[in-house]
Amino acid sequence: MTQIIQYIQSYLGSDQTPGAAGNMFWALVYIMLVFAGLSVAVIAMNWLERKILAHMQVRLGPMRVGPHGLLQPIADAIKLLLKEDIMPAEADGFVFWMAPFIVVLAAFTVFVVVPFGPTHAITDMNIGILFMLGVSSLSVLGIVMAGWASNSHYPLIGALRSSAQMVSYEVAMGLAVVSAVLMTSLNAEGTGTLSMIGIVQAQLAQGEWFIFKFFPLGLIAFFIFAVAMVAETNRAPFDLAEAESELTAGFHTEYSGFRWSLFFLAEYSAMIAVSSIAVTLWLGGWLRPFPNLLHNATWDLVFSLFPGVTFLLFAAMCFYNAVRMPKHPLFRIQTIGLAGFGVVLGLIGLVLFVPAVSLRVQDVFWFAAKVAGFMYMYIWYRGTFPRYRFDQLMQMGWKVLLPMGLGVLILTASVALLQQRIWHP
Amino acid sequence: MTDRNSSLSPLDLETPEKPFLDANELVINMGPQHPATHGVLRVILRLDGEKVLGLECVIGYLHRGVEKIGEHRTYTMFNPYVDRMDYVAAVSNGMGYCETVEKLLNVEAPPRAQHVRVILTELNRIASHQLWLGTHALDIGAITPLFYTFRDREEILKIYEKYCGARLTTHAFRIGGLQYETYNGFEREVKNFLDFFRPKIDEYEELLTTNRIWVERTRNIGVISGKDCIALGVTGPVLRASGVKWDLRKAQPYANYKDFDFDIPTGQNGDTYDRYLVRMAEMRQSVRIIQQAVDALPEGHIMAKVPKVMKPPAGEVYHSIEAPKGELGYFIVSDGSTQPYRLRVRPPSFVNLQALDVMCRGQLVADVIAVIGTLDIVLGEVDR
Repeated sequence: MTQIIQYIQSYLGSDQTPGAAGNMFWALVYIMLVFAGLSVAVIAMNWLERKILAHMQVRLGPMRVGPHGLLQPIADAIKLLLKEDIMPAEADGFVFWMAPFIVVLAAFTVFVVVPFGPTHAITDMNIGILFMLGVSSLSVLGIVMAGWASNSHYPLIGALRSSAQMVSYEVAMGLAVVSAVLMTSLNAEGTGTLSMIGIVQAQLAQGEWFIFKFFPLGLIAFFIFAVAMVAETNRAPFDLAEAESELTAGFHTEYSGFRWSLFFLAEYSAMIAVSSIAVTLWLGGWLRPFPNLLHNATWDLVFSLFPGVTFLLFAAMCFYNAVRMPKHPLFRIQTIGLAGFGVVLGLIGLVLFVPAVSLRVQDVFWFAAKVAGFMYMYIWYRGTFPRYRFDQLMQMGWKVLLPMGLGVLILTASVALLQQRIWHP
Repeated sequence: MTDRNSSLSPLDLETPEKPFLDANELVINMGPQHPATHGVLRVILRLDGEKVLGLECVIGYLHRGVEKIGEHRTYTMFNPYVDRMDYVAAVSNGMGYCETVEKLLNVEAPPRAQHVRVILTELNRIASHQLWLGTHALDIGAITPLFYTFRDREEILKIYEKYCGARLTTHAFRIGGLQYETYNGFEREVKNFLDFFRPKIDEYEELLTTNRIWVERTRNIGVISGKDCIALGVTGPVLRASGVKWDLRKAQPYANYKDFDFDIPTGQNGDTYDRYLVRMAEMRQSVRIIQQAVDALPEGHIMAKVPKVMKPPAGEVYHSIEAPKGELGYFIVSDGSTQPYRLRVRPPSFVNLQALDVMCRGQLVADVIAVIGTLDIVLGEVDR
């Protein structure tokens, strides 16, 4: 018994990730936390996407289920779970059944190495970024399987489009990633790293986010990645695989109910995953703004207040809207519900002011805030752009992004070499 | 599937290209339930990968026998039925029908009625083009313009609702003039709408006209030459975008279009982008016409002297107007009784739809959607 407790305690206060420390118990706890956090994020994203898109399109979005439609994602989830499980008679049963699981597995497994903070990752692999790219590209397998097994024309075309698209954009994506990884080796020892945590620490050590490194080279690499990641996740304006107006729903046309919701879950967690890569590689991961420049006790305190203040702002928004609710008795429950939600958010905000908590959580906060920025961009693209055509998409991937990626890689390498050999011999 | 070749449009002279690597063609049934076929159009696509080798339209899923119904209704009773053909431009349909019967009866609507008719039909042209723009953009993947256009179309529908009580199938006109005098503040509201709407066109254009993806998706897509348009009988903005300056409002002026000063926007390339530009320009021209009409709205009667029981002299008449989608013609044969002996409608959507095959040959699947959108068809009118 005492051994078990000792085993559990041995990790506390460690400056390693539980995986790296070899502590399976805490690794499991982290896995649970990441999984739960991700599910909440997907639910929140579902609601936010509908709301933000609606407001861009001069509509209100969900308003009926819960105050301001807050319970809509939950209602949808219940609906999807209760739906009849339909498998087309002509479908290849086993492959049809497997496909959503592969997609979900690929989308969730990548979070093993995502660093939410210097110690807040399930594990730290020395090939972290490779692992992420490799596993996330497995999802194309699931999509092809889904399209093939449905034994139907639209899903087949959708799957073919999707596989071609993901395969060709991965090349450009990889080149952009390599140029960022190259930047990690610009230290005294000249040793780079593929570890996700190492990449962020390299940005801390070099005193700038890689997006600003060798301006504008880092920015261009980031831009290539930002375009490729939208294509990689099959989102607008590259949502050809599920182009609603052309292929009804693309590769998941024949899926419904729970199986469909797995694809949905996978799509959103894949969006979060690629955004995490972008944040880690170019935007300093968990680092707060100006960690080197504004580095003293006062600034540390100021920045540690951000998580709590953010939640208090959300709470204030809830209270403001609760006050604005119509005074009709029919709206009483909604008003109380919204105010209650505000109280919960406010309490979380207050807890986040406790120094012991905020010290541990602020890394996660900055990481999540940066990822949220990307999520907003995703919604914004969807509200603004028409859809690319298949050949135009391929043209862009192979004729624009790939040469750009190669050029940036070569230039980055040359500049890095010059810097090491000539300017700082 | 090879026998499909024989049923392809005779206008098409080139034979379909041989599929790459002799792969099997894929025959896809698009519709009648499909998000982008604007109703219940069914398109049988022959594909080589994503490339369209040929297509065939199957229509008739919305057939209600409007023309046959016309033979069993009196001239007055049939009037509301025409609203159900092109239901997004119901006012134009009514305009065409009423003018045709008036021609048959040899009566003319009084000037005030003519002016109000022009105002309402031009408003309807704007509303129809707005709906086209929204759905066309939606088909190409831009989901936001739809909501903008519907928001602004609402203002037009409000004017209709105030004028005649209905928003969509308005039944706004009567044979010989108008049923209702305009309501109080009609002119002010129409003028307000024009002031409100002018900047809105710029807003739509801001989202799309210079949007790189939009231009790439529409330029050189669904190209059709003016000659082919004429051979197929294609009219309306599709014809004008191919460079043929043919607008019935100028070519065979009806109502009192002679009194108004407006231009006919035309394109050069006959591609989807030109058709987009032409329709956007047409909305501006409609605003111009409405402004002139409402500024010079005369006083006077709104109804000409027409007999209560209409018995037009035996004979036949064809009259066509420039509906938002093209030439909308009515051919009526009268045997001197209260009901038409034969009533035939020449709907623009039905004729324009013929061009789909010519325009889509050799393009990609995604372009078929764009071309269906740019033809601006309404299945209620295609099938009648």
